[in-house]
Amino acid sequence: MEVFAQQIVNGLSIGSIYAVFAIGCTLIFGVLNIINLAQGAFLMIGACVGLEAARFGLPLPVTLLVAAFGGGLLGVLSEQFMFRPLRKAGGHRWMGLVASLALARLLVGVAQEIFGTEVQAYPRSSMSAIIWQIGGVRIQALQLFIIAAAVVLMLLFAFILQRTSLGRAIRTVAFSEDVARIVGVRVESATLVTFFIAGALAGAAGLLLGVLFNVVSPFMGDSALVKGLTVMILGGLGNIPGAVAGGFLLGLLEVFSVAYVSSAFRDAIGFGLIFLILLVKPTGLFSGFEERRA
Amino acid sequence: MRSTLATILLAASGLFMGTIVQAKDVKVGIVQSTSGGSAALYGIMQKNAAELAIAEINASGALGDIKLVGIHQDDAGDRGQTVNIFQRLISQEKVKAIFGPTLTNSAFAADPLAQRAKVPVIASSNTAPGVTAMGDFIFRTCATEPMVFPGVLDYVIKKRAPKTSAQIYGIDDMLMKTAYDVHKKALEKAGIKIVATETFQKGDVDYSAQLTKIKAANPDIVVIGGLAEETANIVRQARQLGIPASTIMLGANAAISTKLHDLAGPAAEGFLVGSGWFIGYDSPKNKAFVEAYRAKYNTNPDTFAAQAYAAVYVFADALKRAGGADDPVKLRDAIAATKDLDTSLGKISFDASREPVLSAKVLELKDGKFVLVSGD
Repeated sequence: MEVFAQQIVNGLSIGSIYAVFAIGCTLIFGVLNIINLAQGAFLMIGACVGLEAARFGLPLPVTLLVAAFGGGLLGVLSEQFMFRPLRKAGGHRWMGLVASLALARLLVGVAQEIFGTEVQAYPRSSMSAIIWQIGGVRIQALQLFIIAAAVVLMLLFAFILQRTSLGRAIRTVAFSEDVARIVGVRVESATLVTFFIAGALAGAAGLLLGVLFNVVSPFMGDSALVKGLTVMILGGLGNIPGAVAGGFLLGLLEVFSVAYVSSAFRDAIGFGLIFLILLVKPTGLFSGFEERRA
Repeated sequence: MRSTLATILLAASGLFMGTIVQAKDVKVGIVQSTSGGSAALYGIMQKNAAELAIAEINASGALGDIKLVGIHQDDAGDRGQTVNIFQRLISQEKVKAIFGPTLTNSAFAADPLAQRAKVPVIASSNTAPGVTAMGDFIFRTCATEPMVFPGVLDYVIKKRAPKTSAQIYGIDDMLMKTAYDVHKKALEKAGIKIVATETFQKGDVDYSAQLTKIKAANPDIVVIGGLAEETANIVRQARQLGIPASTIMLGANAAISTKLHDLAGPAAEGFLVGSGWFIGYDSPKNKAFVEAYRAKYNTNPDTFAAQAYAAVYVFADALKRAGGADDPVKLRDAIAATKDLDTSLGKISFDASREPVLSAKVLELKDGKFVLVSGD
């Protein structure tokens, strides 16, 4: 029982990070119908920028904002200088996909030059030293902070999307760009904001990942991207609550395939189960914008 | 007249090649990953150390009018690139020896090219079994896992008499898989029961699920088959999950890096590992090496750096005894005949299968530094 509870804690911690990251991926898909493969690199840059801020002595919640802002800024720049010119030139959305892959490689290269190739750790914070023992279950203050931060980010984002005029604009663009234009939504700025939010979520996820697991390197975005895309498909393309549920589900799936089967088959079981879920429900756990549009 | 012509030809070819080669220059390839994730952790240090050794040897005039010219190429830890680089170094640059590559996987892909071309390879971080078995031109200066691990285990047995153990290792890394086999054999031979075996994969950051299982099995020791950054995180997360300090963590030779303490912090205290070298190794050659490395690169060298440094000195010594690099077979024989050469690793020789003969040292991480606890 203790072991089971500990594994739940383990799964929720990593799952909350997957969820935050996947929301960004799925948001861009939901609104613009493109997959941005540079989200993994935004996550990495967020972690690197956050690390610099942490070394500067800023407290954890502030570094989280710095990382989110860094990722968001990159998101905006990528839309302004890459995705938008491509769309204007009449490029197919697959071209955006390939261009985003190129951008990801470019950012990894730049990060290698600036931050070096070595894996780096966050300065040891007082929060990582606080560990509560409840029964046989050990919970770090840091884990609670990360789960809480993830939940706050998700709620904040849900609020923006559902309750503000900005959110309405984004949702209208997601429904149809043409309709949005007709009803007077400023599509360009709504798109930019979408990219900012998605990038900011990636940057925040990068910081959380870096702080919890002490691994910041130019290459950390690659495996995160695979998980993010998996969660996005699992939750239903473009579906935000789906990404949240999918993130936690993937985290728990990974942990429990290690716990009750074997770590050697972790990914085989995790991805195998996802395949089964998709067989039964091809649109993912929740249907996405795609389906509602049709 | 003829020599003038030769000079002109040489100069002309030099223009095409991009490097002007003097008659007595001996080109050597340094194939180390300076990008590409964890491989770069090991590659950068080795490249630095090899270049330091070359500079020192050239400055000392020990080789007479022969000058070593090091050509570094980065394979980014990708064995496809290693193969391309080996081809280029051998056929275009005409190198007389290759130092590297960083990863064992790359060595298995690329070393056969050098073997066919009769270009000696001296590896300093390919510690998996079977590397030198690829051919009689393949050497290494790195202490291998079977050379060092039994010593570490003996030390733990004497100190704590463990009855049970857990193993965790990188399943998609050949080096770690073979390290796992070595660890398992040694544990079984010592009669220590293995109560849990867990794995992880490259790029993993979260080991908590595996470690929670290991904690439940309550072993006396945990043997980790991972690179430095992986090992650091495993050790850190293990302690966070409440695996007590009385459970001793043992690592693979590849985990020795100054990064281990940087990343794991106090959690790594008491971590044990076997090595052919350590930074505090008390010998004049080693002290000179550590000082020179620090002065040039502003950071401490690691084991692989020491092994890469020694590799260049082994080559230079053989080059001198062979009277030059014109005859590859003579050069190879001279390397193979290396006997008790005093290097940064201590006295080094090669056995019949071109494996290094070195004294193994058991190291413990204390106050953030690896210190010698046994060995000579």
